[in-house]
Amino acid sequence: MAYSEKVLDHYENPRNVGSMDKSDPHVGTGMVGAPACGDVMKLQIKVGDDGIIQDAKFKTYGCGSAIASSSLVTEWIKGKTLDQVMEIKNSDIAEELALPPVKIHCSVLAEDAIRAAVADLKAKQSSAKVAA
Amino acid sequence: MAEFNQNHFALFGLPEQFALDSTSLDQNYRRLQSEVHPDRFASASPHERLHSLQIATQVNDAYATLKNPTARARYLLQLQGVDTQEESNTAMPADFLMLQMEWREAIAEASEAEDIPALEHLLKTIRLEAKVLQEQLHIALDENKALHEASAAVRKLAFIDKVRADIEQAIIKLED
Repeated sequence: MAYSEKVLDHYENPRNVGSMDKSDPHVGTGMVGAPACGDVMKLQIKVGDDGIIQDAKFKTYGCGSAIASSSLVTEWIKGKTLDQVMEIKNSDIAEELALPPVKIHCSVLAEDAIRAAVADLKAKQSSAKVAA
Repeated sequence: MAEFNQNHFALFGLPEQFALDSTSLDQNYRRLQSEVHPDRFASASPHERLHSLQIATQVNDAYATLKNPTARARYLLQLQGVDTQEESNTAMPADFLMLQMEWREAIAEASEAEDIPALEHLLKTIRLEAKVLQEQLHIALDENKALHEASAAVRKLAFIDKVRADIEQAIIKLED
Protein backbone atom coordinates (compact mmCIF):
# COMPACT_ATOMS: atom_id res chain seq x y z
CA MET A 1 0.00 0.00 0.00
CA ALA A 2 1.22 3.49 -0.79
CA TYR A 3 1.65 5.82 2.15
CA SER A 4 1.12 9.54 1.72
CA GLU A 5 4.17 11.79 1.88
CA LYS A 6 3.12 13.15 5.26
CA VAL A 7 2.84 9.65 6.69
CA LEU A 8 6.27 8.75 5.33
CA ASP A 9 7.75 11.95 6.76
CA HIS A 10 6.43 11.23 10.26
CA TYR A 11 7.32 7.55 9.95
CA GLU A 12 10.91 8.24 8.91
CA ASN A 13 11.41 11.20 11.25
CA PRO A 14 9.00 10.64 14.11
CA ARG A 15 8.65 13.66 16.41
CA ASN A 16 8.74 13.42 20.18
CA VAL A 17 9.47 9.74 20.61
CA GLY A 18 10.19 8.82 24.21
CA SER A 19 8.88 8.54 27.72
CA MET A 20 8.24 10.76 30.70
CA ASP A 21 8.01 9.89 34.37
CA LYS A 22 4.60 8.30 34.82
CA SER A 23 4.49 9.19 38.50
CA ASP A 24 5.09 12.92 37.93
CA PRO A 25 1.87 14.71 39.01
CA HIS A 26 2.14 16.97 35.95
CA VAL A 27 2.32 14.04 33.53
CA GLY A 28 -0.72 12.29 32.11
CA THR A 29 -0.27 8.90 30.44
CA GLY A 30 -2.67 7.41 27.93
CA MET A 31 -2.26 3.82 26.80
CA VAL A 32 -4.52 2.41 24.12
CA GLY A 33 -4.47 -0.52 21.75
CA ALA A 34 -6.29 -1.64 18.63
CA PRO A 35 -7.22 -5.33 18.80
CA ALA A 36 -7.92 -5.54 15.07
CA CYS A 37 -4.30 -4.84 14.13
CA GLY A 38 -2.44 -5.33 17.42
CA ASP A 39 -1.12 -1.77 17.50
CA VAL A 40 -0.22 -0.32 20.89
CA MET A 41 0.18 3.40 21.57
CA LYS A 42 1.43 5.27 24.64
CA LEU A 43 0.98 9.03 24.71
CA GLN A 44 2.23 11.23 27.55
CA ILE A 45 1.54 14.90 28.15
CA LYS A 46 3.19 17.28 30.59
CA VAL A 47 1.04 20.16 31.73
CA GLY A 48 2.23 23.35 33.43
CA ASP A 49 0.45 25.09 36.31
CA ASP A 50 -1.16 27.37 33.73
CA GLY A 51 -2.95 24.32 32.28
CA ILE A 52 -1.04 24.39 29.00
CA ILE A 53 0.63 21.31 27.57
CA GLN A 54 4.37 21.96 27.61
CA ASP A 55 5.60 18.66 26.29
CA ALA A 56 4.33 15.45 24.71
CA LYS A 57 6.01 12.11 24.08
CA PHE A 58 4.85 8.94 22.41
CA LYS A 59 5.82 5.36 21.90
CA THR A 60 3.92 3.30 19.37
CA TYR A 61 4.18 -0.26 18.12
CA GLY A 62 2.33 -0.63 14.89
CA CYS A 63 2.18 0.24 11.24
CA GLY A 64 3.44 3.44 9.61
CA SER A 65 0.02 5.09 9.85
CA ALA A 66 -0.20 4.44 13.60
CA ILE A 67 3.28 5.88 14.15
CA ALA A 68 2.54 8.89 11.96
CA SER A 69 -0.80 9.51 13.71
CA SER A 70 0.83 9.56 17.13
CA SER A 71 3.80 11.62 15.96
CA LEU A 72 1.45 14.19 14.44
CA VAL A 73 -0.71 14.55 17.55
CA THR A 74 2.33 15.18 19.76
CA GLU A 75 3.08 18.17 17.52
CA TRP A 76 -0.51 19.35 17.55
CA ILE A 77 -1.13 19.17 21.29
CA LYS A 78 1.92 21.10 22.50
CA GLY A 79 1.01 24.64 23.55
CA LYS A 80 -2.68 23.80 23.82
CA THR A 81 -4.98 23.50 26.84
CA LEU A 82 -6.60 20.22 27.86
CA ASP A 83 -9.97 21.44 26.63
CA GLN A 84 -8.49 22.36 23.27
CA VAL A 85 -6.85 18.98 22.71
CA MET A 86 -10.08 17.19 23.61
CA GLU A 87 -11.52 18.77 20.50
CA ILE A 88 -9.06 17.01 18.18
CA LYS A 89 -11.00 14.45 16.15
CA ASN A 90 -9.71 11.37 14.44
CA SER A 91 -11.07 12.76 11.17
CA ASP A 92 -8.70 15.76 11.53
CA ILE A 93 -5.75 13.39 11.88
CA ALA A 94 -6.90 11.16 9.01
CA GLU A 95 -7.39 14.18 6.78
CA GLU A 96 -4.00 15.73 7.58
CA LEU A 97 -2.20 12.45 6.86
CA ALA A 98 -4.46 11.46 3.94
CA LEU A 99 -5.09 8.06 5.52
CA PRO A 100 -6.94 5.52 3.38
CA PRO A 101 -10.18 4.04 4.84
CA VAL A 102 -8.45 0.84 6.04
CA LYS A 103 -6.11 2.97 8.18
CA ILE A 104 -8.73 5.19 9.80
CA HIS A 105 -8.52 3.07 12.95
CA CYS A 106 -4.93 4.35 13.42
CA SER A 107 -6.27 7.89 13.74
CA VAL A 108 -8.99 6.64 16.10
CA LEU A 109 -6.23 5.15 18.23
CA ALA A 110 -4.42 8.51 18.38
CA GLU A 111 -7.60 10.38 19.32
CA ASP A 112 -8.34 7.83 22.05
CA ALA A 113 -4.74 8.13 23.31
CA ILE A 114 -5.18 11.90 23.79
CA ARG A 115 -8.42 11.33 25.70
CA ALA A 116 -6.84 8.64 27.86
CA ALA A 117 -3.84 10.88 28.68
CA VAL A 118 -6.09 13.81 29.61
CA ALA A 119 -8.32 11.53 31.73
CA ASP A 120 -5.26 10.16 33.54
CA LEU A 121 -3.99 13.66 34.27
CA LYS A 122 -7.38 14.88 35.50
CA ALA A 123 -7.73 11.84 37.76
CA LYS A 124 -4.27 12.58 39.20
CA GLN A 125 -5.09 16.24 39.78
CA SER A 126 -8.41 15.56 41.49
CA SER A 127 -6.89 12.94 43.79
CA ALA A 128 -4.10 15.44 44.62
CA LYS A 129 -6.77 18.00 45.57
CA VAL A 130 -8.51 15.48 47.83
CA ALA A 131 -5.18 14.72 49.48
CA ALA A 132 -4.49 18.44 50.02
CA MET B 1 -26.74 -32.87 1.44
CA ALA B 2 -25.84 -30.16 3.94
CA GLU B 3 -28.05 -27.09 3.96
CA PHE B 4 -26.73 -23.74 2.87
CA ASN B 5 -26.79 -20.97 5.47
CA GLN B 6 -26.92 -23.21 8.49
CA ASN B 7 -25.09 -21.96 11.53
CA HIS B 8 -21.49 -23.21 11.54
CA PHE B 9 -21.99 -25.46 14.54
CA ALA B 10 -25.15 -27.03 13.12
CA LEU B 11 -23.34 -27.59 9.82
CA PHE B 12 -20.87 -29.90 11.56
CA GLY B 13 -23.43 -31.35 13.97
CA LEU B 14 -21.64 -29.80 16.94
CA PRO B 15 -23.10 -28.17 20.06
CA GLU B 16 -23.05 -24.36 20.07
CA GLN B 17 -20.33 -23.87 22.66
CA PHE B 18 -16.69 -22.84 23.04
CA ALA B 19 -15.41 -26.25 24.16
CA LEU B 20 -14.70 -28.15 20.97
CA ASP B 21 -14.52 -31.81 20.03
CA SER B 22 -11.89 -31.26 17.36
CA THR B 23 -11.91 -34.92 16.24
CA SER B 24 -15.63 -34.65 15.40
CA LEU B 25 -15.03 -31.33 13.69
CA ASP B 26 -12.25 -32.79 11.52
CA GLN B 27 -14.23 -35.93 10.66
CA ASN B 28 -17.37 -34.03 9.77
CA TYR B 29 -15.34 -31.54 7.78
CA ARG B 30 -13.84 -34.30 5.63
CA ARG B 31 -17.24 -35.95 5.17
CA LEU B 32 -18.93 -32.68 4.13
CA GLN B 33 -16.05 -31.75 1.87
CA SER B 34 -16.39 -34.96 -0.09
CA GLU B 35 -20.20 -34.59 -0.19
CA VAL B 36 -20.03 -31.17 -1.78
CA HIS B 37 -16.89 -31.59 -3.84
CA PRO B 38 -17.32 -29.93 -7.27
CA ASP B 39 -16.27 -33.18 -9.03
CA ARG B 40 -19.48 -34.80 -7.84
CA PHE B 41 -21.51 -32.10 -9.55
CA ALA B 42 -19.76 -32.16 -12.91
CA SER B 43 -22.88 -33.42 -14.68
CA ALA B 44 -25.40 -31.61 -12.46
CA SER B 45 -27.53 -28.65 -13.53
CA PRO B 46 -25.91 -25.17 -13.35
CA HIS B 47 -28.18 -24.39 -10.43
CA GLU B 48 -27.05 -27.46 -8.49
CA ARG B 49 -23.44 -26.77 -9.34
CA LEU B 50 -23.69 -23.23 -7.99
CA HIS B 51 -25.46 -24.49 -4.90
CA SER B 52 -22.76 -27.10 -4.21
CA LEU B 53 -20.06 -24.48 -4.69
CA GLN B 54 -21.74 -22.15 -2.22
CA ILE B 55 -21.93 -24.91 0.34
CA ALA B 56 -18.32 -25.95 -0.27
CA THR B 57 -17.28 -22.35 0.40
CA GLN B 58 -19.37 -22.17 3.53
CA VAL B 59 -17.96 -25.48 4.77
CA ASN B 60 -14.41 -24.15 4.41
CA ASP B 61 -15.23 -20.84 6.10
CA ALA B 62 -17.09 -22.58 8.89
CA TYR B 63 -14.23 -25.01 9.48
CA ALA B 64 -11.64 -22.22 9.64
CA THR B 65 -13.84 -20.27 12.06
CA LEU B 66 -14.52 -23.16 14.43
CA LYS B 67 -10.98 -24.53 14.36
CA ASN B 68 -9.43 -21.25 15.55
CA PRO B 69 -10.28 -20.54 19.23
CA THR B 70 -10.36 -16.74 18.85
CA ALA B 71 -12.53 -16.91 15.73
CA ARG B 72 -14.79 -19.50 17.39
CA ALA B 73 -15.36 -17.28 20.42
CA ARG B 74 -15.94 -14.24 18.21
CA TYR B 75 -18.49 -16.23 16.20
CA LEU B 76 -20.29 -17.49 19.32
CA LEU B 77 -20.59 -13.91 20.56
CA GLN B 78 -21.82 -12.80 17.16
CA LEU B 79 -24.56 -15.45 17.34
CA GLN B 80 -25.60 -13.87 20.65
CA GLY B 81 -25.68 -10.45 19.02
CA VAL B 82 -22.51 -9.25 20.76
CA ASP B 83 -19.98 -7.24 18.75
CA THR B 84 -16.42 -7.84 20.01
CA GLN B 85 -15.54 -4.22 19.03
CA GLU B 86 -12.07 -5.13 17.83
CA GLU B 87 -12.10 -2.16 15.43
CA SER B 88 -13.44 0.44 17.83
CA ASN B 89 -12.66 -0.45 21.45
CA THR B 90 -9.15 0.77 22.23
CA ALA B 91 -9.46 0.87 26.03
CA MET B 92 -7.51 -2.22 26.99
CA PRO B 93 -6.27 -2.68 30.59
CA ALA B 94 -3.04 -0.67 30.99
CA ASP B 95 -1.03 -3.60 32.37
CA PHE B 96 -2.04 -5.72 29.39
CA LEU B 97 -0.91 -3.00 26.99
CA MET B 98 2.36 -2.58 28.89
CA LEU B 99 2.95 -6.29 28.45
CA GLN B 100 2.27 -5.96 24.72
CA MET B 101 4.89 -3.18 24.53
CA GLU B 102 7.38 -5.32 26.43
CA TRP B 103 6.81 -8.25 24.10
CA ARG B 104 7.20 -6.03 21.06
CA GLU B 105 10.47 -4.68 22.45
CA ALA B 106 11.70 -8.19 23.21
CA ILE B 107 10.89 -9.33 19.66
CA ALA B 108 12.73 -6.35 18.18
CA GLU B 109 15.77 -6.96 20.40
CA ALA B 110 15.92 -10.70 19.78
CA SER B 111 15.46 -10.24 16.03
CA GLU B 112 18.25 -7.69 16.01
CA ALA B 113 20.53 -10.07 17.92
CA GLU B 114 19.39 -13.00 15.73
CA ASP B 115 18.59 -14.81 18.94
CA ILE B 116 16.23 -17.62 17.90
CA PRO B 117 16.13 -19.34 21.33
CA ALA B 118 14.97 -16.05 22.90
CA LEU B 119 12.20 -15.77 20.31
CA GLU B 120 11.16 -19.37 20.91
CA HIS B 121 11.10 -18.77 24.63
CA LEU B 122 8.88 -15.74 24.11
CA LEU B 123 6.63 -17.76 21.83
CA LYS B 124 6.20 -20.32 24.61
CA THR B 125 5.26 -17.59 27.12
CA ILE B 126 2.73 -16.16 24.68
CA ARG B 127 1.20 -19.56 23.94
CA LEU B 128 0.70 -20.07 27.68
CA GLU B 129 -0.95 -16.66 27.94
CA ALA B 130 -3.28 -17.63 25.08
CA LYS B 131 -4.16 -20.89 26.87
CA VAL B 132 -5.11 -18.98 30.02
CA LEU B 133 -7.39 -16.68 28.02
CA GLN B 134 -8.96 -19.63 26.19
CA GLU B 135 -9.72 -21.24 29.54
CA GLN B 136 -11.35 -17.97 30.65
CA LEU B 137 -13.39 -17.98 27.45
CA HIS B 138 -14.56 -21.52 28.10
CA ILE B 139 -15.81 -20.55 31.55
CA ALA B 140 -17.27 -17.22 30.45
CA LEU B 141 -19.07 -18.60 27.40
CA ASP B 142 -20.05 -22.15 28.35
CA GLU B 143 -20.64 -21.82 32.06
CA ASN B 144 -21.28 -18.24 33.17
CA LYS B 145 -22.72 -16.78 29.96
CA ALA B 146 -20.60 -13.73 30.80
CA LEU B 147 -20.66 -12.25 27.31
CA HIS B 148 -19.09 -8.94 28.22
CA GLU B 149 -16.15 -10.67 29.83
CA ALA B 150 -15.84 -13.03 26.87
CA SER B 151 -15.79 -10.10 24.50
CA ALA B 152 -12.88 -8.52 26.44
CA ALA B 153 -11.00 -11.83 26.31
CA VAL B 154 -11.45 -12.00 22.52
CA ARG B 155 -9.95 -8.52 22.21
CA LYS B 156 -6.94 -9.63 24.26
CA LEU B 157 -6.57 -12.78 22.16
CA ALA B 158 -6.62 -10.68 18.99
CA PHE B 159 -3.45 -8.96 20.26
CA ILE B 160 -1.87 -12.22 21.29
CA ASP B 161 -2.62 -13.91 17.94
CA LYS B 162 -0.96 -10.99 16.16
CA VAL B 163 2.16 -11.07 18.36
CA ARG B 164 2.35 -14.81 17.93
CA ALA B 165 2.19 -14.56 14.14
CA ASP B 166 4.86 -11.83 14.21
CA ILE B 167 7.23 -13.95 16.32
CA GLU B 168 6.72 -16.97 14.10
CA GLN B 169 7.46 -14.74 11.13
CA ALA B 170 10.60 -13.39 12.84
CA ILE B 171 11.82 -16.94 13.54
CA ILE B 172 11.21 -18.06 9.95
CA LYS B 173 13.12 -15.02 8.69
CA LEU B 174 16.12 -15.83 10.89
CA GLU B 175 16.07 -19.52 9.97
CA ASP B 176 16.17 -18.74 6.25
